Amino acid sequence: MSVLQIKDLKVEFPGRKSTFVAVEGVNLKVEAGKILGVVGESGAGKSTVGNAVIGLLAEPGRIAEGEIYLHGQRIDSLPDKQKRRLRGRKIGMIFQDPLTSLDPLQTVESQLVETIRTHLALSRDEARARAIELIDAVGIPDAPERIKQYPHQFSGGMRQRVVIALALCAEPELVIADEPTTALDVSIQAQILELMKKLCAERNVAMLVITHDMGVIADITDHVAVMYHGKLVEYGETAQVLGHPQHPYTKSLISAVPRPDIRIERFPVVDYIEKAGAPIRQIDIATHWLGKARAYDKAEGPLLKISELGMRFQVAGSIIRSRRRYFDAVKKVSFDIAEGETFGLVGESGSGKSTIARLITGLYHPTGGSIRFAGQELTELSNRKQILAMRRQMQMIFQDPFSSLNARMRVRSIIAEPIKFHRLASSGAQVRQIVDDLLDHVGLGAAAGEKFPHEFSGGQRQRISIARALATRPRFLICDEPTSALDVSIQAQILNLLKDLQQELGLTMLFISHDLAVIRQMCNRIGVMRHGELCEVAECDALFETPEHPYTRELLSLMPSLELLSTENLETA
Amino acid sequence: MLGFAVRRLMQAIVVLLVVALLSFSLFRFVGDPVNMMVGIETSIQEREALRERLGLNDPIPVQFGRFVVKAAQFDFGTSYQFHQPVSELFAKRIPATLELSFMSALFALAVGVPMGIYAGLNRESRLSKLFLSVSLVGISLPTFFIGILLIFLFSVTLQWLPSYGRGEVVKIGSWWTTGLLTWSGLKALIMPSITLGLYQMTLIMRLIRAEMLEVIRTDYIKFARARGLPDRIVHFRHALKNTLVPVITITGLQLGALIAFATITETVFQWPGMGIMFLQAVQNVDIPIMSAYLLLTAFLFVVINFIVDILYFLIDPRLRVERA
Repeated sequence: MSVLQIKDLKVEFPGRKSTFVAVEGVNLKVEAGKILGVVGESGAGKSTVGNAVIGLLAEPGRIAEGEIYLHGQRIDSLPDKQKRRLRGRKIGMIFQDPLTSLDPLQTVESQLVETIRTHLALSRDEARARAIELIDAVGIPDAPERIKQYPHQFSGGMRQRVVIALALCAEPELVIADEPTTALDVSIQAQILELMKKLCAERNVAMLVITHDMGVIADITDHVAVMYHGKLVEYGETAQVLGHPQHPYTKSLISAVPRPDIRIERFPVVDYIEKAGAPIRQIDIATHWLGKARAYDKAEGPLLKISELGMRFQVAGSIIRSRRRYFDAVKKVSFDIAEGETFGLVGESGSGKSTIARLITGLYHPTGGSIRFAGQELTELSNRKQILAMRRQMQMIFQDPFSSLNARMRVRSIIAEPIKFHRLASSGAQVRQIVDDLLDHVGLGAAAGEKFPHEFSGGQRQRISIARALATRPRFLICDEPTSALDVSIQAQILNLLKDLQQELGLTMLFISHDLAVIRQMCNRIGVMRHGELCEVAECDALFETPEHPYTRELLSLMPSLELLSTENLETA
Repeated sequence: MLGFAVRRLMQAIVVLLVVALLSFSLFRFVGDPVNMMVGIETSIQEREALRERLGLNDPIPVQFGRFVVKAAQFDFGTSYQFHQPVSELFAKRIPATLELSFMSALFALAVGVPMGIYAGLNRESRLSKLFLSVSLVGISLPTFFIGILLIFLFSVTLQWLPSYGRGEVVKIGSWWTTGLLTWSGLKALIMPSITLGLYQMTLIMRLIRAEMLEVIRTDYIKFARARGLPDRIVHFRHALKNTLVPVITITGLQLGALIAFATITETVFQWPGMGIMFLQAVQNVDIPIMSAYLLLTAFLFVVINFIVDILYFLIDPRLRVERA
């Protein structure tokens, strides 16, 4: 008998005006010791399925139709009190962000002990012993000591291990993991996935893994269910579904996943993914304002030359010099970027990639080294006019599309601001025309100008950011994780857009990402960063095929393998 | 932790010294103390002699030093009005004010905290909406008005409670008097405590409600529920404790305000506490009392803030690492 069986599940959220159906007609089964992956993009309803199983649907959501069985016993119709008894005891849950899912004011021990004692009739000492055992089992060394600590004393990966221990406290039969590794670095992700796989096999637990990441699916799941707009579009064995997708949505989703193993010219944009976002009205760059005045003096040598760049932050102040503490975010980094090239910086969080972007744009002042842009030393610029001229030539696209646009300004004003600030247009009418053209060109349409940023989705906002960055007619574009907050299909569109723009405008790009696969698709040369140091710089293909630095090799080996995925409708470069 | 406490103590001393300077300068700038102390017919020689005896001819830093040393020993000189040592006058009045403030704080916390928790957890219920509307009244009505309203209702119309004074008091030790041990003393405390504490109660209630709403949405509360913990543990051990840091800050400051600014309530109910004495001192330019009151108030605030800072440490383990 399956541990979990979901029959014809329909979840709806009644609203004042209309009822929103989040999930409809979902049938799933999970067996003991097996992992079922539920994959889909944001809004597909995959988390809702998990929440419905564990009985924690957010208000006012409710199960409108269908049945959920745990070991043959129907659980969706149980009264609240009995549902609560199932939670933790029979069904464990793992959340996405380990930094926020533990109570910061309680020790790990007290959180474990209270959970164990809620479910099992154990004395305080027995519960403690069990807690130590669990912490040991999830691979945290020195368990008896560590358990007395507070969550903030653990790193992100370690906290996720604590979360897993908490979910396993009472030997549940089913564990639901909602994006368990999304907030983690690739090396930590690999460890956590390994741990989940091991625990699942050892303890014969059925696992439901909810994720948007095809890599995670390919790596650990036995079966996969693909969801789209609240409906199950494809369901079957993982190798079968990923290798030979049947449904057009699954096909398009799989083809949009960036591959670390093959380099493709363009991401295929399949019609199934709505709003493909091709430019609505092409403008002729050669004659248009955007293309004019691009005749920068060809720089001698590389466009950007960074040598021995260093950035040191003071982390603890003191009057006494010897007691001050510093953190070197960037240590003696040197690299060049040639005109028209896309240079990738890759590394885990805290490796100093974003700091370099901020140093180049002048948001931070470096504590050492030099930055030469088009032959001009940036660190020595003091004249405001020169600084502005430099800034106009470089623009930045940020990671978070939700906080990087001023929510109180209309999109038109957001894009017009840099044009007006740098006095790049002769009249108000011309500014208007340019903004309209830009909006058309990035695939939003001129009508978007009258709206406010909150009316757009994440991908559309990132298009606005790109239009804003182009508005100064830059020659150098810094993209700091431009797609890491986006769904894969949207990511594919944005990456295509960036590629197109680069070719049309001959832009030079610094592309920062933690995602090796994305880097591979976008960059000519790549620098690998770790702890503020640049480990290796190499041509894109060379880096992936013959990595030299041990850290690069480690990073590459940690990437989830995507070989399972179908390569249908991909044009390799 | 110890280093932090010592640092805080040093800061507290600096604050008190600054206030001492202010309160010392009252003597210099609000009238001539000698003129206040003597009658019209005192001769110039006698005045000079008094001036010399009081040390008013010494250099100002010396005088200030003497003032600080004396203040540290609770010697604030002699009241102009009563011709008694200020410390004795305060000793007589302090118990009344402290008792009143303590009861108001107790009332504010005992009623405000549960109401806040309830309103935070049951956001949509009718009762929470009622609490919110009532709390608006508490915030917007001035203290004296509430006091007079209560007197009118319970003393004049219903004649249940006394309208003024402390009732019968019992003496404990050499100088402390308490109304908590007699029936009439307790009855006399009810209305002033409610009047004084109503504002704090509504403030605490609203604060806890807002913080609760915030905390309930966090991941660790969702995760606690997903682990099947009973509501009691989720609400009180996890949610409530996480709301405490801001609540303690505000409650601490408000407690200081209760003690220091009970003046209006004390006037309305003719409560024989420090507030009334201070008002009289202002009317009669009784500078020693005013300056002592100023210092005492500052001292109370500094002590309360110190305790609040220590409490942060006990509640939030994250602070222990960062500052230690």
